[in-house]
Order: sequence, then C-alpha cells, then structure tokens
Amino acid sequence: MTLAVVPPQSSEPVFYVVDEHDHPEGASTMLGFWIYLMSDCLIFAMLFATFGVLGGNYAAGPTPKDLFDLPLVAVNTSMLLLSSITYGFAMLAMEKSRVGAMQAWLVITGLFGLAFISIELFEFAHMIHEGATPQRSAFLSSFFTLVGTHGLHVTFGLVWLVTLMVQVARYGLIEANRRRLMCLSMFWHFLDVVWIGVFTFVYLMGMLR
Amino acid sequence: MFDTSSLAKAIFGRLTLESLPLHEPIVVGTFVVVALGGVALLGAVTYFRLWGYLWREWFTTVDHKRIGIMYMILGIVMLLRGFADAIMMRLQQAIAFGGSEGYLNAHHYDQIFTAHGVIMIFFVAMPLVTGLMNYVVPLQIGARDVSFPFLNNFSFWMTVGGAVLVMASLFIGEFARTGWLAYPPLSNIGYSPDVGVDYYIWGLQVAGVGTTLSGINLICTIVKLRAPGMTMMRMPVFTWTSLCTNVLIVASFPVLTAVLALLSLDRYIGTNFFTNDFGGSPMMYVNLIWIWGHPEVYILVLPAFGIFSEVTSTFSGKRLFGYTSMVYATVVITILSYLVWLHHFFTMGSGASVNSFFGITTMIISIPTGAKMFNWLFTMYRGRIRFELPMMWTVAFMFTFVLGGMTGVLLAVPPADFVLHNSLFLVAHFHNVIIGGVVFGAFAGIAYWFPKAFGFRLDPFWGKLSFWFWVTGFYFAFMPLYVLGLMGVTRRLRVFDDPSLQIWFVIAGIGAFLIFLGIISFLVQIAVSVLKREALKDVTGDPWNARTLEWATSSPPPAYNFAFTPVVHDNDAWWDMKRRGYRRPLTRFKPIHMPSNTGTGVILAALATAMGFGLIWYIWWLAAVSFIGLLAVAIGHTFNYHRDYHIPADEVVRVEDARTHLLAAGAKS
Repeated sequence: MTLAVVPPQSSEPVFYVVDEHDHPEGASTMLGFWIYLMSDCLIFAMLFATFGVLGGNYAAGPTPKDLFDLPLVAVNTSMLLLSSITYGFAMLAMEKSRVGAMQAWLVITGLFGLAFISIELFEFAHMIHEGATPQRSAFLSSFFTLVGTHGLHVTFGLVWLVTLMVQVARYGLIEANRRRLMCLSMFWHFLDVVWIGVFTFVYLMGMLR
Repeated sequence: MFDTSSLAKAIFGRLTLESLPLHEPIVVGTFVVVALGGVALLGAVTYFRLWGYLWREWFTTVDHKRIGIMYMILGIVMLLRGFADAIMMRLQQAIAFGGSEGYLNAHHYDQIFTAHGVIMIFFVAMPLVTGLMNYVVPLQIGARDVSFPFLNNFSFWMTVGGAVLVMASLFIGEFARTGWLAYPPLSNIGYSPDVGVDYYIWGLQVAGVGTTLSGINLICTIVKLRAPGMTMMRMPVFTWTSLCTNVLIVASFPVLTAVLALLSLDRYIGTNFFTNDFGGSPMMYVNLIWIWGHPEVYILVLPAFGIFSEVTSTFSGKRLFGYTSMVYATVVITILSYLVWLHHFFTMGSGASVNSFFGITTMIISIPTGAKMFNWLFTMYRGRIRFELPMMWTVAFMFTFVLGGMTGVLLAVPPADFVLHNSLFLVAHFHNVIIGGVVFGAFAGIAYWFPKAFGFRLDPFWGKLSFWFWVTGFYFAFMPLYVLGLMGVTRRLRVFDDPSLQIWFVIAGIGAFLIFLGIISFLVQIAVSVLKREALKDVTGDPWNARTLEWATSSPPPAYNFAFTPVVHDNDAWWDMKRRGYRRPLTRFKPIHMPSNTGTGVILAALATAMGFGLIWYIWWLAAVSFIGLLAVAIGHTFNYHRDYHIPADEVVRVEDARTHLLAAGAKS
C-alpha cells in the first residue's frame, strides 16, 4: 500500500490518504490464525492441567505402567514427527512453485498422519478391551480426553489436507491457496508440539509415577 | 413388525409430549403470549414483503455496522427475557413468607434463577458489549470493516443460535436448575438427569464459538487495520479497552469450552472428571470454570470503561486526563484478572496461604480501577460539562461503581468472605458492579452512538425518565440485599421463615418494578425517537462535537465508512482535524474494495443449533446429519474464492455528493 505521506514541515497537514490501493487480501490471516492456535493451545492447556490434577487418581484401577506400551508409542511419535518433516518439504516445494512435488509430499504427510491415527486407535481399542475404559477412573478419563482431543485435531487436519490438495489441483498455487497451505502448516506443526507434550507428560512421566 | 416406542425413540430421542411443560400454567401463558407476538411479527414481515430485504441486507450482511446493530437488538430482546425472570424472582421472594409457598414451585424457581444469570451474562451483556465494539471500533480506527467480515457474520449467528437453544428450553423441556455456573456434582447426570443442563451446555458451546471467533477478529482488526498515523498510543481509549477485552475473550473462552466439554463427557459417556467417585473432583470444575469466569466479568466491564472515557472527554470538552495511565491501568486489569479466580471460592479450604494470595491480588485490582476513576474525575475538573444523557449515565456509574468496588474489596478479605460467601451481600455486590458498570455503560454507549448509527438522536425526555427509573430502581432493588446479606440470608432461596425479613424483600421488589419502568421508558424512547426522527436529525455526522474518528464520517456512515482513509496526527484525531481546518475531500473518488455478503454464516449457525438440539434430546440422527452438514457447508464455502467486489467510483461520488448537499442545507438552517 503506498501512502501520501505528510512532509514533516508541511503547513497544511494531510488528513486523508489520496492515493489508496486495495488492501492485499488476507493480510490479517496469518495473525488471526496464530491467535486461533493460541486459543486452541489453551484448550490443550486445560486438558493437560486436568490430567496433571486427576492423572494419579487410578481408583484402584490400572496404572500407566500396566497400560502403556512405550515402544508402540515411540513408533507413533515418530510417525507424527516424520509427517511434520514431510510437510516442511511440501512447503519448500511450494516456495519453488513445484506443484507435483508439493502434492506428493502432502500425500506422504497424509499417510504418516493416517498411520499415527491408526496406531492410536489400535492402542485405544487394546486398552478398552483390557477394561481400561474412559469410565474406569479419573486418570483414564483425562488420559483418553487429552490424547483423544489431539487425535481428533489430527483427523481434522487430514480432512483439511485433502481439501487443500483438491483445491490446489483445481485452482493451482494461487495466493489464496498458498496462504491456506501456510495455515495448515502452522496447524500441523502445532499438533506436533502438543504431541511432544503428551508424549513427555503423559507417557514418559506416567511410567515414572 | 416393529416396536413403536423404540421407533419413536430413534426419531425423537427422549423428546416426548410429556416434555412440553403443559402442566405449568405460567409457562403455558408465556408461550401463548410469545407465540401470538411471534406470529404477529412474522405475519407483519410477510405482509410488508420484508423477507427478501432482511435476508439480503441484514441476515447475510458482512458489514460490521449492521452486524453491530443486530447484536444490540439481540441483547435488548434477551434483556426483556432475563428481566422477566428477575421480576418473577423478586415477586416470589417478596410474598413467600409466613408459610406461603409463593406462586413458583421449586422446580420452576430453580430454572428461573439459573436462566436469569445465564441469559443476562451471555445473551444480554455479551451481545451489547460485542455489538458496540463491532459497530464502533472499525470506525474509530478509520477502517472499512473488520479483518474477517464473513467470520463476523458467522460469529453473530452462532450467538443467536445459543440464544435460540436457551429460549427453546422454556417451552420444550426445561432449563438447568443448577445456578448459572452449573457446578457438579449437582449438574452431573446422577443429580440432573433431565435436559436442563444439556440445554445449558450446548447453548453456551454454540454461542462460545461465536464469541471466541469474534474476539480473534477484533484483535486482528485493531492490530492490523488502524489508519496511517494511529500508533498504539494514539488509539482512542474505547479501542484500547476493546483490544484488552478481546485478548481476554481469546484467552478465556477456550477454557469455558474445555470445561463444558469435560462436563458433557461426564454426562454423555460417563467419564469421571467431576464425579464424587472413581477419582473425580468436583472442585476441579469450580476452579476451571472460574478461570474463565473471572476474566469474563472484565470482558464485560472494560468496554464500559472505554465508553465512559469517550463520553467524559466529549461532554467535558477536554482531552481525556491521563491517557497513558488509562491505557496502562486497562492492561494491568487485563493481566490481574487472571490471578484472582480463587476468590470466588475461598471457602473451598485451600489454606491460608492460597487464600491470602488471591485475596491480595483481588484487592490490588482496585488500584488501577481507582486510577481510572480519578482520571475521569480530573477530565471533568474544569471542563465545560454538558449533562446530556450519556454523561448522566457516566456520573451515575461513577457513584454506583465505587460503591460496588468497595463491597468487592470487602469480599476480597477471606475471613469476611467466609461469612458472606453465597449470601445476598454477594448478589448485591455483583449486581452493583454489573448494573452500575456494564448496563449503565451500555446505555451510555447506546445514547452516545445511536445518532451515529441511525442519523438521529434519541429523545432526551424519555431517556432521562429511563435513566432515573433505572438508577433509583437499582438502589431500591439492591441496597436491601446488602442488608439481608449482612444478616446472613443466602442466595437462591425460595421461601422464608423469618417474617422480619419480608420488608426488605418488598423494598427490593419495588426496586425491580422501578427498573421495569426504566426498561419500558427505554423502549418508548426508541419508538418516540423514530417517530420524531426529523426533529432529532443529525446532518453533521458530529452531533456531540466529539473527538474521535467515527464522528468524521456521516451519520449513518456509508457502507465503506470513509471515502478516503483518514490520516491521524493526534490522540483525538477528529478534534485535531476540526481544530486545524480539515476540509472534506469532494473530488477524486475511487472505486472502493469491499467484502460481499454471504448466507453461509446463517446456514452454518442453523446447522450448529440443530446439532445442539439433537445432542440435548439424544436425537442422534439429527446430531449426525447436522454435523456432516456443517462440515460439508464449511468445506464448500472454502471453494468460493470470489468474496469481494468494488463499489464503483460513481456510486461513491453519488453518496458523497448527497452528504455535501445535506451539510450545506444544515449549515444554512
């Protein structure tokens, strides 16, 4: 945006912009999306806090040591971390406007995400099968809710990923689509960061309880 | 062969004919009145062929001004409902003595005090405050609209959706009987198996999405769209308080969302977050909900402080005293509001150290608030004060709010709170600050900005009548509650044994009746002003000789707000322009880039409301279908890349020329 700037010593001050151009579309989107992510972060903060307070209340039921299969969780964690790296590669391809490479990296990202969700569902099913249901104790309620909310976010991210791939395929790497891909990128990495917290506080520290 | 009852269950969930409160004559009577009124309204809209106009120009609008006005209408309509609850409670408490059961049974009375609190906070105070911010902030910062105009429309309709659910509970099923924060274990499924708490949860969740998104929207607007030259420390104080309020919204409403989600998990799938057994902790809920709840009261009152600042400076004809300290006081209040939540439950028994910490932080909040009070006083000092209606509300606020602040500091002392906790003293205190602060602020704001929004002033006679009824009514209604609270009467009681208390409740009832007259006078004021609009007309766009940018444009402002974006040189930008001989530009108009209207917001909010209704009544197919619909419409909307248009230069010329003629005619007469 070019502005008619007031010369400092002007006797006649300028009170309005004469030579105005349209605001670039989406100028506030990145800031807005950041703020949204922080509000989402707060939801996770509440779930972490709840887990922190109630996570030791086993109600004579199973404890983390009885339930968690750390090697499986480690594999799961690596799935999500790898998906973040591949999303990064997709963004690099986008910067170079290489649509095909970008779409390919997005597919790989989606597959890693899908693997993450599948392993998580497998873990949940296994726990529920053993009687460790969300209803069993406050520990399990807060565990399933925290981990499940993260999983729902990843699922939503996958839906979004597919939508964006369709939109890029139809309309190409136009400005709006680049902006959307950046937003999803932030969302995806944010979920990664949250998962690091889940892995540390829920799984690793759970085993130490 | 099929079982009809299981088929009915599949279709209607737990909604049956018995769910309709046909055995409650009061509710049936209300329903008849509301239904007749509703049919009359819809009939009138149909008869005058207004549906198309309303849909195109209002429901689907992305113009922040129209959305702001719709928020105000929602707030005022819901005020009538919330106040009806209030006056019913006052009547019940005034007559339920000496063995009398009053006229409300416990089942109904408990719903009324819950609905009163929920409606007044979420669907009266919030829409009024959000509406004023929505209308005024973009104009004050010289912007064409908010950062995300579509999101603004969506946020509004989500708020409406929440209000619709809460209103539906009056006639279909029942509302919560838990008090306005729905503490477990009472609100858990074991003690509240009915739909009441579910109405509460989904009403607030649907509205909460709207509130959070509108918070994000206004933060971005203020941070990104200020006119050139308007640095942060040149923003009008109302914009500053709006910024802080929206930061509070974004930093606290997700907490409400999370805690209500946990409560719904407890109720729907039987988790143990807030239960008494299996390791659950009801106090966890109380902590979490107040981590949202305390910032919430500042969300409401900060914009009111901003309104009073604008009004005081305008009607004293002076620059606001201590602008910088005002800004810092606002920011300090914003931060401190997160460090006081535990004062709502000192009696939980967290121990002396924790209670002392929260008691002291609570008392500290009175320092920045006091600083503001002195700033307003010093702004008035040696000013040429014009006692127009907005200024009258401001003075009433200054008296009333200081009183409420002092009783607040009293309650902040933990030992005193152990005596006064959940007493009518507390009820008197928070009505003292919310009515004296937020409601008076909203009325000041309405009287102040009404001419900007509609191009004519509000009738001062009926306004003054409303003012005096409200102010005296407030004192009559709540001073007795302070007395009763000190005598140990607790809140939410339906019947009383001690006949010596009755006189105080009768006085409070008279106060409520005076407030009723105040509300009626306010409605009459609007009707009279519309009828006398020619006499009350404002052609200048600046009827109060005001100081900030919203008064630089016409009343009502054109769709694009400013034909040319203003350039700001001073705190009081418009005052500076008037002082230094600003001349309105008359030529070289250009096409203006604007966002297009869309019906997506209405559709999404309607689907969200239907989903809420399905979840409340266990109508699973409805919930599932609406959820899928929500996803489909939301994704479909992202395939629309053409969301803007240009107002042609000819159109801008036509609008601006019309204003030039008006101004010239106004100058002649």
